[in-house]
Amino acid sequence: MSELREILGETVTRLFADHCTKERLEQADAGKWPEELWATIVENGLTQALLPEEKGGVGAGWQAAYVILHAAGRYAAPVPLAETLLAGWLLNGAGLDIPDGVISVVPQHDTVILSSSGELQGVVQNVPWADRADYLVGLVRKGGVLAVYCAPRSAYEATPNHNIAREPRDLVRFTGIADATIAPPDVTSDTITLFGAMVRSAQMAGALERIVEDTLQYTADRTQFGRPIAKFQVIQQNMAMAAAEVAAAVMAAQNAFRAADRGVPDFEAACAKVLAGDAAGVATDICHETHGAIGFTYEHHLHFFTRRLWSWRAEFGAEAEWAEKIGRRAAARGPNALWSDITARQTAST
Amino acid sequence: MTALHFEPGELPSEAEELRCEVRAFLAETMIDIPAALKARNWTAWHPEFSRKLGERGWIGMTWPKKYGGSERSFLERYVLLEELLAAGAPVGFHWIADRQSGPLILRFGTEEQRETILPGITRGETAFGIGMSEPNSGSDLASVRTKAEKVDGGYRVNGSKIWTSGAHMADYLVALFRTSGTAEDRHDGLTQFIVDLKNTDGIDIRPIHNMTGDHDFNQVFFEDAFVPDRMRVGNEGDGWMQVTTELAFERSGPERYLSSFPLVKNSVGQAGQDPSERQAIGLGRMLARAATYREMSLSVSGMLEAGKNPDLEAAVMKELGVGFEQNIPGIAHDLFGMSPRLDDGSDFETTLAYITQANVSFSLRGGTREIVRGIIARGLGMR
Repeated sequence: MSELREILGETVTRLFADHCTKERLEQADAGKWPEELWATIVENGLTQALLPEEKGGVGAGWQAAYVILHAAGRYAAPVPLAETLLAGWLLNGAGLDIPDGVISVVPQHDTVILSSSGELQGVVQNVPWADRADYLVGLVRKGGVLAVYCAPRSAYEATPNHNIAREPRDLVRFTGIADATIAPPDVTSDTITLFGAMVRSAQMAGALERIVEDTLQYTADRTQFGRPIAKFQVIQQNMAMAAAEVAAAVMAAQNAFRAADRGVPDFEAACAKVLAGDAAGVATDICHETHGAIGFTYEHHLHFFTRRLWSWRAEFGAEAEWAEKIGRRAAARGPNALWSDITARQTAST
Repeated sequence: MTALHFEPGELPSEAEELRCEVRAFLAETMIDIPAALKARNWTAWHPEFSRKLGERGWIGMTWPKKYGGSERSFLERYVLLEELLAAGAPVGFHWIADRQSGPLILRFGTEEQRETILPGITRGETAFGIGMSEPNSGSDLASVRTKAEKVDGGYRVNGSKIWTSGAHMADYLVALFRTSGTAEDRHDGLTQFIVDLKNTDGIDIRPIHNMTGDHDFNQVFFEDAFVPDRMRVGNEGDGWMQVTTELAFERSGPERYLSSFPLVKNSVGQAGQDPSERQAIGLGRMLARAATYREMSLSVSGMLEAGKNPDLEAAVMKELGVGFEQNIPGIAHDLFGMSPRLDDGSDFETTLAYITQANVSFSLRGGTREIVRGIIARGLGMR
């Protein structure tokens, strides 16, 4: 299996490297939908990686999804691949049809209602790619029961807005009939937030590794005081710190996806988002500082990654929000369960 | 980062069976261990505790049976260690021998050294100290000056070693001496020896009390001390290469993130079942790191088991683990704002009191943070 993931990794890396050129990223910033990139992603079956064969997918599992999303983050792919993967997985779990096209997810559920006639109502902020999407998938409470819905583009109005990475984060007003069904037992009102945090942690892992690698290259190329700045101890110390922090975030993200393949990664995905957010803080500081003024220009490519990291670390729950959940659960379990709960996580994977 | 790669580690089922045995053992033996000793964790010397572990075959457990070992896997040893450390077991007596002196002798020692010394270690009867640093050689270890001069049948040693934990109680010291040249020759001319601390004339061990009030450190003086040829480890001049190997053992274990775990556990207790938002966030941050570092530490052990050479990953693990350990008292301070009482305080206070102070030493042992970051930078191709 890990060999298959290696081959997948090479394939998707090539795909994103070819398509996510600086020119394309600039065009995406300006609002141009990267039609060719999305078509290639769909052609290669990446949007269906999590779906079983009878639904047209390959049933590759979450760990394969990690490989895809890590690569997407590494190249700042300006498309809602994480959202479409997550939405498809939710629809499949709920037994709903998975339509073709761009499907995004609605992060919040508490401002949406489903009327008895099957009409969705309510307003939600910051919905990723809503205007461009063909469908939105979300969770809604209906008479105390949680339901999964799939709303076609005709069932909502979208007012465009953007995060600082200039990725669409639109205001959605639901106005129409959606396909909906009762959520399966393992889906709770937190499921989209939890798995959303997890997919972001994979994208962040890719972007974090990228900025450290690019900055290392920069320290080798940039000469000051007569030598490459990599030779200065203070630069070495800073880069060692950034690399270590990023390695931890990568480990935490991988661990969450491993956990997702065996059950609900409630603890691991929370850890992954905390570590990814912390690493984003440390690594973007150090990488920008090391680049100096050139890294602050629009012309240099560093910002395509750092602006995404700053946006993603706030989406689907920031560090403190997830840390609080972890802390509350541990406190409720008490000090004597602390260590055995940590080791039980690993045991379950063997 | 192609240079840096943590492969997710998996534990085999026999390791999980061992975990159950160790927990049952700890449930019995830890009852009488006070919080102050738990807080000292792998630096707390408790010979009887070590002997009990030895009886179970849990010291030198990966070593060949003919030297008293149990020939178990590195991953089983990993599980044993993390269980001991998380419980705050007082494992200091045998820790250095089990972790680095024994493996060193196994790898570079003579057959006679293996046969005479290793079985005592595995029984929990023989303790070791590390004789590397000198008063003017700390981070710059290659500048050591203590001389071992060749004489008939052995070496005559003059000089001193410092920061030697437990030398006043240990049976042996693995010491790095200069057998030729001067400090200017750096890595050349260094040789390792096993020094019998209890039966050698010309050795004077003087205590250095640390700021917590504990007597752990010593300075060991050598004045014409005679070390026989049979106690030399490896060839003359191979000392530097051997020491580097030894330090890799020292840097890679789970003790690199678990030293403060007794305080993490006590903090969860202190917060109670319904913590404030601030406390829940602080605890959650600790636990997210602890769980992730455990995966990384396990990954390093898995790579060692697979015969790989995770030197860079071990250095990264030490950088992160030490940063974590050292952050814990600060987080506990943020969450509870308590000035711990030294006399008759709660277990939380006793633990906080010790770790708040001992904390500053965590990044010194096994190489300072700056040295370790330098090693990482080299691994990243910067130097």
